[in-house]
Amino acid sequence: MSHPAKASEFLQDADKAKWHDETLWFVRDKRDTISKTIPEWEELRALASRIKDNVLANLDEYLVQFEEKAKANGIQVHWAKDAEEHNQIVLSILQRHHCKAIVKSKSILTEECHLNPYLEKNGIEVVDTDLGERIVQLLNQPPSHIVLPAIHLKKRDISELFHEKLQTEKGNEDPAYLTHAARLHLREKFLGAKVAITGVNFGVAETGEFVVCTNEGNADMGVHLADVHIACMGIEKIIPRRKDLGVFLRLLARSATGQPITNYNSHFRSPSPEKEIHIVLVDNGRTDQLAREKFKNSLKCIRCGACMNTCPIYRRSGGYSYGSVVPGPIGSILSPGLDVKKYSTLPFASTLCGSCTDVCPVKINIHEQLYEWRQEITKAQGTNAKSISMKIANGIFTVPFAYQVTGAMMRGALRILPDSITYSGLNTWGKQRDLPETPKETFKDWYKKNRS
Amino acid sequence: MPLNKKIGLFIPCYVDQFYPNVAIATLELLEKLGCQVSYPIGQTCCGQPMANAGYERDTVGTTRHFVETFREYDYIIAPSGSCVLHIKDHAPAIAGMEKEQESLHYKIFELTEFLTDVLKVENLKGSFPHKVGYHASCHGQRGLRLGSSSELHQPFFSKAKQLLDQIAGLEWVELTRTDECCGFGGTFAVTEEALSVQMGKDRLQDHLAHGVEILTGGDMSCIMHLEGIAKRNQQPLKFMHIAEILNQAIS
Repeated sequence: MSHPAKASEFLQDADKAKWHDETLWFVRDKRDTISKTIPEWEELRALASRIKDNVLANLDEYLVQFEEKAKANGIQVHWAKDAEEHNQIVLSILQRHHCKAIVKSKSILTEECHLNPYLEKNGIEVVDTDLGERIVQLLNQPPSHIVLPAIHLKKRDISELFHEKLQTEKGNEDPAYLTHAARLHLREKFLGAKVAITGVNFGVAETGEFVVCTNEGNADMGVHLADVHIACMGIEKIIPRRKDLGVFLRLLARSATGQPITNYNSHFRSPSPEKEIHIVLVDNGRTDQLAREKFKNSLKCIRCGACMNTCPIYRRSGGYSYGSVVPGPIGSILSPGLDVKKYSTLPFASTLCGSCTDVCPVKINIHEQLYEWRQEITKAQGTNAKSISMKIANGIFTVPFAYQVTGAMMRGALRILPDSITYSGLNTWGKQRDLPETPKETFKDWYKKNRS
Repeated sequence: MPLNKKIGLFIPCYVDQFYPNVAIATLELLEKLGCQVSYPIGQTCCGQPMANAGYERDTVGTTRHFVETFREYDYIIAPSGSCVLHIKDHAPAIAGMEKEQESLHYKIFELTEFLTDVLKVENLKGSFPHKVGYHASCHGQRGLRLGSSSELHQPFFSKAKQLLDQIAGLEWVELTRTDECCGFGGTFAVTEEALSVQMGKDRLQDHLAHGVEILTGGDMSCIMHLEGIAKRNQQPLKFMHIAEILNQAIS
């Protein structure tokens, strides 16, 4: 289904759509308030953007350096060219350890690779330990937001779900009560897992360390109880130096949720005695995107979700309307790089208002890339009725006389046609909006009479 | 004041066709402020509707016509942030016209920025005793930077407010969401009709909740969309382009 169809479906429930808009606006508002307490906020954004420019320009060297240092620290490093290879690598590690149940903290990369269904198909129980992710997992849904995976659900939905799955009291919607039930449920899973999977927020080339950010401490809980830690990392997550973390960690939490710092910023360097750490470095289309001059900046993304919270379309259509793993503005410039046909409506699911670009902590020119993807998509679509009408329009606007004639016809038609035709189902503009009244004369006519 | 400069009035095609009064107000306002303005009669469209729909490559003829039409002017002024942004950012490069296209960047102005930055209007004499809500259209707001962006950490400024504050009796109404998009978005208004209308309704609600009598702005496209929704729902709001308010106030 296209974005417009899913968006109008989402808007059918007007109260819930309003609530969704206001909830995400609240997060954006928190982000505004806290970012304005940092006098050097705009400099931080510029700095982060330039560090990422450097990373993207020297990615090959940083990755080799990162691998070398990580190996020296006792970490096992794997390379995966695509999702399939990534999933196979993870499975082979699990099989080597005869592991049948794993816990996983939030990782959009593993969503992108569809790791959960792959492992489940191979007889492994996967438990997402981020509360929001666990909720959507129990519903057999993907996350609808990369930072707030269950933001499309209300307390009542979760109360009903937990009553069914975790045997909580029927009708008890108290968040503290429900969270406590989830903790007890997850604790068992933590204690039973020999392998823990995490994502990676930042991989430090100079030291071979990596950092995982969570608000719930679930990554640490999983990793410290397990014998094996598998960290899945997109190759663009590299930063050059440990001190660069000072720039990115300050931007990430404030942009994502309006917090001064993420609750747990966990640094991993070497495995404990008798334990293992694996890093799987995944390409999966990233080098293709890097080769696209107009779109490579999209790889600067640190997955804060601020562009979703600010986007007037995302807030009113929900994450699922995009049909892509990463929804919202950033998803709409990443996804067409993976499949230009499947995601062809996404760059048009925008008014090009530019709020995403101004909110982005690493200054990705998101709305400009949306515009550029439109140009690419129409090229890929070739000749159709729309492209022919554009050529005709260009022909009309090139010739002043043709413009005057067509303009007059259009205005004339609007004046003469009865409302039943003007506002018929064929006229999408007029379904919920009145058309402007048609003036007797154009400005051109007026000017000829009054000024020349 | 650049009284000796040749000023070309650039009127967006849909303003020419549907809102001649906005164009007249723009012309009269500039004349009252001492400018010699002429309207090149052969002008058509800037090409934005096609380009934003993904067909920038098909606007070469339109763009060449625009450059030729306005080549003799020192300044080009339009009562639209959106069309001015298009000429600056998205007009395709025309072989052999590189220099002229580059000079366009420095010649073309949206109306309010021309008044505040070039004419340096500081002391408008006039009265308009109404509660006015300003819709900051995105292309002017974040594209041309006609006002501070709510997302950025920067001191507040607004070229529209700078002008409207000079008018006696005019009350500038603060909104909850100062620069959220209205949902017009060109073809978006039709291709994403449900979303577009919802966004418009939400914007209108913000203005109504704060007691706005007259909603104004720098782009008639957004106002056409908002007014269309308000009329359909019989909401008690009036709509005027900022040129109409200023021109009416100082007459």
